[in-house]
Amino acid sequence: MGQITLQQVTKAFGDVEVIPPLDLTVDDGEFVVFVGPSGCGKSTLLRLIAGLEDITSGKILIDGKDASHTPPAKRGLAMVFQSYALYPHMSVRKNIAFPLKMAGLSKAEQDAKVDAAAKVLNLGSYIDRKPGQLSGGQRQRVAIGRAIVREPSAFLFDEPLSNLDAALRVNMRLEISELHNQLGTTMIYVTHDQVEAMTMADKIVVLQAGRIEQVGTPLDLYRRPDNIFVAGFIGSPKMNFITGEAAAREGAHTIGIRPEHLTPSPDGGMMQGRVSVAEHLGSDTFMYVETDQHGTLTVRAGGEVAFRHGDRIGLTPMVEHLHRFDESGQAIR
Amino acid sequence: MATAQSRRLARWMSMPAIIVLLLWMVVPLAMTLYFSFRRYNLNYPDRQGWAGWNNYYYFLTDPAFAAAFQNTLVLVIGVLIITVVGGILLALLLDQPFWGQGIVRVLVIAPFFVMPTVSALVWKNMFMNPVNGLFAHAAQAVGLQPIDFLGHHPLSSIVGIVAWAWLPFATLILLTALQSLDREQIEASEMDGAGFGARFFYIILPHMTRSITVVILIQTIFLLGIYAEILVTTNGGPGTQSMNLPYLIAVTTTQQDVGGAAAGGVIAIILANIVAIFLMRMIGKNLES
Repeated sequence: MGQITLQQVTKAFGDVEVIPPLDLTVDDGEFVVFVGPSGCGKSTLLRLIAGLEDITSGKILIDGKDASHTPPAKRGLAMVFQSYALYPHMSVRKNIAFPLKMAGLSKAEQDAKVDAAAKVLNLGSYIDRKPGQLSGGQRQRVAIGRAIVREPSAFLFDEPLSNLDAALRVNMRLEISELHNQLGTTMIYVTHDQVEAMTMADKIVVLQAGRIEQVGTPLDLYRRPDNIFVAGFIGSPKMNFITGEAAAREGAHTIGIRPEHLTPSPDGGMMQGRVSVAEHLGSDTFMYVETDQHGTLTVRAGGEVAFRHGDRIGLTPMVEHLHRFDESGQAIR
Repeated sequence: MATAQSRRLARWMSMPAIIVLLLWMVVPLAMTLYFSFRRYNLNYPDRQGWAGWNNYYYFLTDPAFAAAFQNTLVLVIGVLIITVVGGILLALLLDQPFWGQGIVRVLVIAPFFVMPTVSALVWKNMFMNPVNGLFAHAAQAVGLQPIDFLGHHPLSSIVGIVAWAWLPFATLILLTALQSLDREQIEASEMDGAGFGARFFYIILPHMTRSITVVILIQTIFLLGIYAEILVTTNGGPGTQSMNLPYLIAVTTTQQDVGGAAAGGVIAIILANIVAIFLMRMIGKNLES
């Protein structure tokens, strides 16, 4: 079991309130991703759940029991840190066995569990090395190994992939997703990378300045963002926003259109402009178009389009994918 | 990176310094060795010539030598134990956030800046004096017999004085080690269920081993040569109770026996090297990364 409920949780450092009252429920077995720009309080929120920071007010329930003031080790949660936080003087085996040793398990039980974890994560070949002799990806696996041997009711990940190179990040992303399918344990994952959030999450929690902007499935957030912040944060490249007369015609203060929902054409179209940069990625082409009426818009087109720098271009938005926002930035539906 | 040429250039350019250092070390050593085999006593300028192993024989069979050797070890080991254990505890304390941290840290380092002779005199006259010392007053205030520290427990008193002076050094180095410990490691161990004791022995202490090694090695070098504190407090006495090797060599020198003192110096060098080899064997591997 691993259901976590936050009720009116707040956190203040001195006079600075970093998390205003916040409610959230994480269901058992869910993969929840906290995403937001740096400094939005997502790591603080994770540390509150872990018990590494004390909540200022409110309640944290784990499996229905009040754990607001339970020490971290007693909450039955395991955490994987950004820096991996492996113990440098211990071998991989001892690192993984450490929580078991602290729990007072016998040597035989420790060995059995460490071997099982090593098998799941393919640590076999370097189980007797020290963390200093491992690559970033291997260290990450050891850190995850140390978390899974405790058989926690939920895993907490604090930006675990941010120290890895791009290729490895994609690999580890897959491995963590697979691990989640395999174990079926609740996972809470903090990241600032919306791609990670979109690809891994069952449920995304978008945070800004300690407040929850929106909670939903990845496609929910993509298709029906509640406000401008979520609309701009989710999706890559970012959504284009247009204000002024064109927006007023749609009865909104701001309208948003995703780059993939603008159809380019050599001439005609609803808007005209000039291509300033065209990035040909093979599968896709990203174009930055200086339109005559609405500033620079990003366009995502297929890999086969042949527009180059300086070309005149016409753009037509797909009207059914238009997002409308009022003056306070809330979506109009 | 370095080409053969730049390496050769580097070798040439570092040569003068190496030669100077070599001379600096080799010339006095050679002279000491030479004198140690000579009959050379300023009181008897007419007795000259080679002495063979006599100087060594007399120095080693001097009843003061055994005492001095033992006292040297007690002094070094005693101070090391007090400073390392005390240093770790003080470092743990100073690592906690508290009001006035900056001032307290400066105060803690202060004893290190007091000259050995001055600190020994202050201890001798202001604290340990059996009539006027603060300790005597404190003992009398609670109705106890004042203790004559330097008279009855000379060696332990000197260990205390020297440990007081070196505690800041150990504290400072161990405190920096403690501060370089990754916060996330502590938090990880907290999540893993380690209480304060387990965290200290499994995470904090292993992290500090390298610094502890450095403290032990550096202090040993200086503690083997303790002299000033003994000179101003006990003069090695009563008897030979607080005499260490450097002090014994100095005494030999003041008896104008240059040859004997040189032999004592060579013996001290050999003993110091034995200690060094022993230490490196025991803890030197901690310095490898």
